[in-house]
Amino acid sequence: MSSTPQNPPPTREIEVRGLHKSFGDNEVLRGIDLEVGSGEVVCVIGPSGSGKSTLLRCVNLLEEPTRGQVFVGGTEVTHPDVDIDAVRRRIGMVFQQFNLFPHLSVTDNLTLPQRRVLGRDKAAAAKAAAENLRRVGLSEKADAYPASLSGGQQQRVAIARALAMGPQVMLFDEPTSALDPELVGDVLAVMRMLADEGMTMMVVTHEMSFAREVADRVVFMDGGVVVEQGDPARVIGNPAHERTRHFLSRLLDPAMADVENVEDAQNADDAARKSP
Amino acid sequence: MSGTDTGVQPRRSGLTRRQKRAVSRGVQYAVFVAAVIAVGVTADWGRLQNQFAQPDLAERMFPDIITLALKNTVLYTVSGFVFGLALGVVVALMRLSSVGPYRWLAGIYIEIFRGLPALLIFIFVGVAVPLAFPGTEIPGGTYGKVALALGLVAAAYMAETIRAGIQAVPKGQMEAARSLGFSHARAMVSIVIPQAFRIVIPPLTNELVLLFKDSSLVLFLGVTLEERELSKFGRDLASETANSTPILVAGLCYLLVTIPLGFVVRRLERKAGEATK
Repeated sequence: MSSTPQNPPPTREIEVRGLHKSFGDNEVLRGIDLEVGSGEVVCVIGPSGSGKSTLLRCVNLLEEPTRGQVFVGGTEVTHPDVDIDAVRRRIGMVFQQFNLFPHLSVTDNLTLPQRRVLGRDKAAAAKAAAENLRRVGLSEKADAYPASLSGGQQQRVAIARALAMGPQVMLFDEPTSALDPELVGDVLAVMRMLADEGMTMMVVTHEMSFAREVADRVVFMDGGVVVEQGDPARVIGNPAHERTRHFLSRLLDPAMADVENVEDAQNADDAARKSP
Repeated sequence: MSGTDTGVQPRRSGLTRRQKRAVSRGVQYAVFVAAVIAVGVTADWGRLQNQFAQPDLAERMFPDIITLALKNTVLYTVSGFVFGLALGVVVALMRLSSVGPYRWLAGIYIEIFRGLPALLIFIFVGVAVPLAFPGTEIPGGTYGKVALALGLVAAAYMAETIRAGIQAVPKGQMEAARSLGFSHARAMVSIVIPQAFRIVIPPLTNELVLLFKDSSLVLFLGVTLEERELSKFGRDLASETANSTPILVAGLCYLLVTIPLGFVVRRLERKAGEATK
């Protein structure tokens, strides 16, 4: 199913056309078409190895697509002459492993990129840093070093660092997958706040309740293609495709999935084990 | 060794494992003490003292050995280290470059300068450079020549250390910096290299100790009286007085610096070990 042409989003912040990506002989993305409208929150779900993280990394060119086009804010990111550093300034990215700079304090993590990349002066950078630390609820950790923070706090600092650059789009690559379960909530709360404020977000996640409650659209990927996408309640609650049902039944508590799905999943598992 | 020893059953020798260890340790101590006594008894201490420990001769060396010779040794070492570090960073970055010829050039440089004795590099700098560029002086005179010779050698070793340090910085650091809009070069300078340096400070300090000793090769460049460092200073005085006391005193001066530096290295290594936990 493709996005509905009758009701296009007002402006397209992200547009992906015919995207292919191979690592050697391994074709990870096999022709992706996707749009994210301005202010829209799109959650990308799917089994590991389905190419969802690679898709996200192709949007800001951390991975070079093999074929196809990516547009961000109307600029073709995949054009050979594009100033990729300038494009990336408009795209915030949050990683699974946080990737804070361990040799810098929390405040310096936020101010150094602003000063080096945006050329802001010290005062302006410090102001933006304080403001965004406040938004993620970590003002009191301004002078701490990343190593002294919990995973959840580190991830919120990483979000604040991206926000301090004033991005138009935020990409989240499994932002809660490396966190202890009790720390996931704080990070999701910050992301929910961003969504409520109207930030354009593309989120690769396994958090189904977040996708169901916050996303405007859910995209299910498997085997390097978009299998189906649409309203979260429908894709997650009543998927049209067998592969989506199979994935969700394995992901959600088996007791909540209906018996047929579980059996399908088991059959598919068995089939997968038999096939070389 | 039989893996079923439980310590409960007596072994054929009738000794427990602990007793065996004590006997073995005792034998080692005995051999060591015997060797020390043998050397102590057979050595001619009187002649040795005559040749190496003349207090009045040692006294004559001060304060010049500190204010001139040790000072010059430190200056040579530091200038060589600074030049070597700068060159080493460049070679390390070339070694990591995606451009093939850069990688090959850096590889060839490292193999050549690690494979040659430092002495040959000093002779090369002292002889070949003035021949190749007649009329041009290496800036800084002897200090410049030493910085060049020591630095050329040190850069080869430091480049490999720095390369390993850069590679030890997680890939996510570069990705995070790039995703924030840093260029590759700027991310290297602002984010990756500062972290790499933290990792390589202990091995680089070790390199400083090695350079400190290699600075003695300056005497093959031919230096003025004012430019003498510890080894040359000691040797000149030794041949002048036909006595080796100055050599011993010069040696003690080296230890005065290298032992504390070694202590610093071990402390840094311990701290680095704790930081990565």
